[in-house]
Amino acid sequence: MNKLKAYLQSFLLWELLKGLALTGRHLFARKITIQYPDEKTPMSPRFRGLHALRRYPNGEERCIACKLCEAVCPALAITIESEQRPDGTRRTTRYDIDLFKCIYCGFCEESCPVDSIVETRLFEYHFEDRGENIIHKDQLLALGDKYEAQLAADRASDAAYR
Amino acid sequence: MVSFEIDGKKVEAEEGSMVIHAADAAGIYIPRFCYHKKLSIAANCRMCLVEVEKAPKPLPACATPVVEGMKVFTQSAQAIDAQKGTMEFLLINHPLDCPICDQGGECELQDLAVGYGGDVSRFQENKRVVLNKDLGTLISTDMTRCIHCTRCVRFGQEIAGIMELGATGRGEHMEIGTYIEHSIDSELSGNVIDLCPVGALTSKPFRYSARTWELNDVAAVSPHDAVGSNLYLQVRRDRVMRALPRDNAAVNECWLSDRDRFSYEALNSEQRLVLPMIRVNGELQATDWKTALDFTVKGLSKVIDLCGSDSIGALAASNATLEEYYLLQKLVRGLGSSNIDHRLRQSDFSHDAVAPLFPSIGLPIADIEQQQGVLIIGSNVRKEQPIIGLRLRKAFLGAARIMAINAVDYEFSFDLAHKVITPPKQFVASLSRIAKKLANETGTTIPAAVGDWAGDVAVSDSEQDIAKVLAQTGNQTALLMGQLAVSHEYYDSIYQISQVIADMIGATVGTMLSANSAGAWLAGCVPHRGVLGSTENNPGLNAGQMQKQSLKAYILFGVEPELDCVDGANASNAIGSADFVVNLSSFMSSASDYADVQLPLAAFSETSGTYINGEGRVQSFGGAVSPKGEARPGWKILRVLGNMFELDGFDYTSSPEVFAELDLSNLEPSAKLREVAIMAPPKTETTSEIDLERICEVPLYASDPLVRRAHALQACADNPPPAARVNAAQAKELNFSSGTKINAHMGAAIVALELIIDDRIPNGCILIPSGYPETAALGGPGMTRVVRA
Repeated sequence: MNKLKAYLQSFLLWELLKGLALTGRHLFARKITIQYPDEKTPMSPRFRGLHALRRYPNGEERCIACKLCEAVCPALAITIESEQRPDGTRRTTRYDIDLFKCIYCGFCEESCPVDSIVETRLFEYHFEDRGENIIHKDQLLALGDKYEAQLAADRASDAAYR
Repeated sequence: MVSFEIDGKKVEAEEGSMVIHAADAAGIYIPRFCYHKKLSIAANCRMCLVEVEKAPKPLPACATPVVEGMKVFTQSAQAIDAQKGTMEFLLINHPLDCPICDQGGECELQDLAVGYGGDVSRFQENKRVVLNKDLGTLISTDMTRCIHCTRCVRFGQEIAGIMELGATGRGEHMEIGTYIEHSIDSELSGNVIDLCPVGALTSKPFRYSARTWELNDVAAVSPHDAVGSNLYLQVRRDRVMRALPRDNAAVNECWLSDRDRFSYEALNSEQRLVLPMIRVNGELQATDWKTALDFTVKGLSKVIDLCGSDSIGALAASNATLEEYYLLQKLVRGLGSSNIDHRLRQSDFSHDAVAPLFPSIGLPIADIEQQQGVLIIGSNVRKEQPIIGLRLRKAFLGAARIMAINAVDYEFSFDLAHKVITPPKQFVASLSRIAKKLANETGTTIPAAVGDWAGDVAVSDSEQDIAKVLAQTGNQTALLMGQLAVSHEYYDSIYQISQVIADMIGATVGTMLSANSAGAWLAGCVPHRGVLGSTENNPGLNAGQMQKQSLKAYILFGVEPELDCVDGANASNAIGSADFVVNLSSFMSSASDYADVQLPLAAFSETSGTYINGEGRVQSFGGAVSPKGEARPGWKILRVLGNMFELDGFDYTSSPEVFAELDLSNLEPSAKLREVAIMAPPKTETTSEIDLERICEVPLYASDPLVRRAHALQACADNPPPAARVNAAQAKELNFSSGTKINAHMGAAIVALELIIDDRIPNGCILIPSGYPETAALGGPGMTRVVRA
């Protein structure tokens, strides 16, 4: 009986029809292709893109130069130098990330005790000259300032799972 | 021996020792905070609680003596429970600031919290806050982090000998502090940083500059004193970040003096000489090595051609490496001159012919603590050689009687049994009287010259006492000469008479000099002896002569003549008026004013080499970082110069090759003179009565170019600005009061200083330190006239 069924199915191009039916269904279904860059897919609040350094609401930089991110970085992409600021606090004098080395694993963000180094949702960036791949503290702080609202909202939404 | 069990393992320990000793020896780790192998037992942290069979409660392993057949369990449920409980209490008030704490990564509390701490604190109340103390420029405090282990307190009491820190209050209100606000001035204060198991006491110069896990340890040897303390230079990205002690029971144990610990700051000083420079049309110009070396060779050759090779001389610092000394003397002797010396702070060279193979402290450093008697001659040993001072304190605690003949009644970390405080001019006479008295006591005959030196003055009580003690302590006695003796105008006679005293009782005699004075002698960096003490047929000029009579050309090796020479003013005049001066130096200095060529020299951290310390211990080390800028290791510069002068035997490719040419086996620390030949005393000079004798000490933090550029040490309370000090009676006689602005006249030189009343100074003397630019113009020891400014 099974043999007969198989024979008839191959003879009547049953598989082909089945495939065409699927194609036909998708022909009339809603399309999932988006017109990047005019259109964009939704993003997780946990997205790990370009880095930024955040500040406290009073404008003070969060980073305390504990260097845990530097220590945890598996790609050795972070370089930090620190000193005592005249007000007695521990601060970085240099915070460089080599974006060519970085593998966007997010360990730096995870290790940070003060939520200072974070990864933004930015993934569309490019460099035009040699050396631009290494971003410095002022650039990172500027990124943090620019996207602070988004960063704070993302962290708040994910806080329950941390 | 007592045998018992720890964790089921059979161990043996000496009777009366504690469980934790035996556990450490057996490799079983018991957590601890307050216990330290070099300090007394306090048993106040309770972290080392262990279970002992038949004991109702856990016992502290650090304070439980071993008993035959006892069974100790360090990992049992009861022990772990007790340790966890202790940890929870310790963490109650400890702040959670590990990310900004400099101790993070090397913190005993942090490490043990991982093992024994809970993940969540049950403590809901407010944590206590303790205000930070200002302990000076070397130690920074975060007293909230303190867990009251009292290691720092015990260090001050027991090891350093001055109790500067203490605990006030009880329970929650207990605080470690100085009680009255003042800085910590001990010359060993930095050790509390190492001792502190948490981040309460940390290094101020190092503060917030690096994390411990970024640092690589490189073994090195300290370049500052005759001890040659072993240390680790901690390096990050080719920069020395800090220095820590390296355990060596025979040398520095686990301690390090502040000078050794904090002088690394100078390695990164902005005053470092980083480019070769030559003088063109009267101006120093930076240039490249080839030009500078060509210029050097041309300049020196010109002087040799015009005035003969005897007209060049070389002065080396007393902390250059053995290899550098060897090559320097090889170069200078290769050029046909024997004018080479490193003894910049010595005034009297009369005993050169009978001097021992190399200067030493006369006995192994570790043996100092076993001596029954010690006679210190002209030395502030606590500040000059802090680690020897520490050994002397140990000897003192072991019932040794320590005596001193000094020009200043220095405060030591041990009590002096007897002391003679006398103007430096009376050193020899006083020593002679002791020798005479001792000869009476022991019934030996001594050279007649000793009697001549003693003069007609009656033997004072303290001199008699010293002689009596020396007669009793016999061959368990060490005579130690310090800087005031070495720079004395009759150093020879002091040495000879000390030798006479030592010979009478079988004691050792020794001098406490610099990091590599011994190496300099062995390498032949003295005018009258060649390599390994071989006789030099044409002895050249010694350092004293080279400082007085100007030669046509000088080679300076790491020397700042103004500050490093006994008579800085004369030395810089003599050298400054030479036709050609080659200055190999790590730093820009006053010698830059007259140097014709400056060759940047690698500092001790940047070169491989060897130091031989005061007990003849040969200690080689490799470079920790690469030389700063264009600086090069000394042995390389000298090798290239040798090649450029086309001298034979300068084809070394490494410093060990240089080292291999010297046979340094069997160096016995003996500073015994080969023969005693005491000079007749000079005719008494008539000096004006209103003149005061200058005591010319070199303070701790003015001793060499490196420490003079270490900011934190320069700013610390132990390094007060140079001043003139006289005792109260003297000040009254002169009608001065404390704070009077005075002018000190010596010869033609006048220096304005502030007067400080200091009753440690004997009558007829004024203490004006050297080693400072402010006092350099005065020159060396001598008579000073003081007038109101």
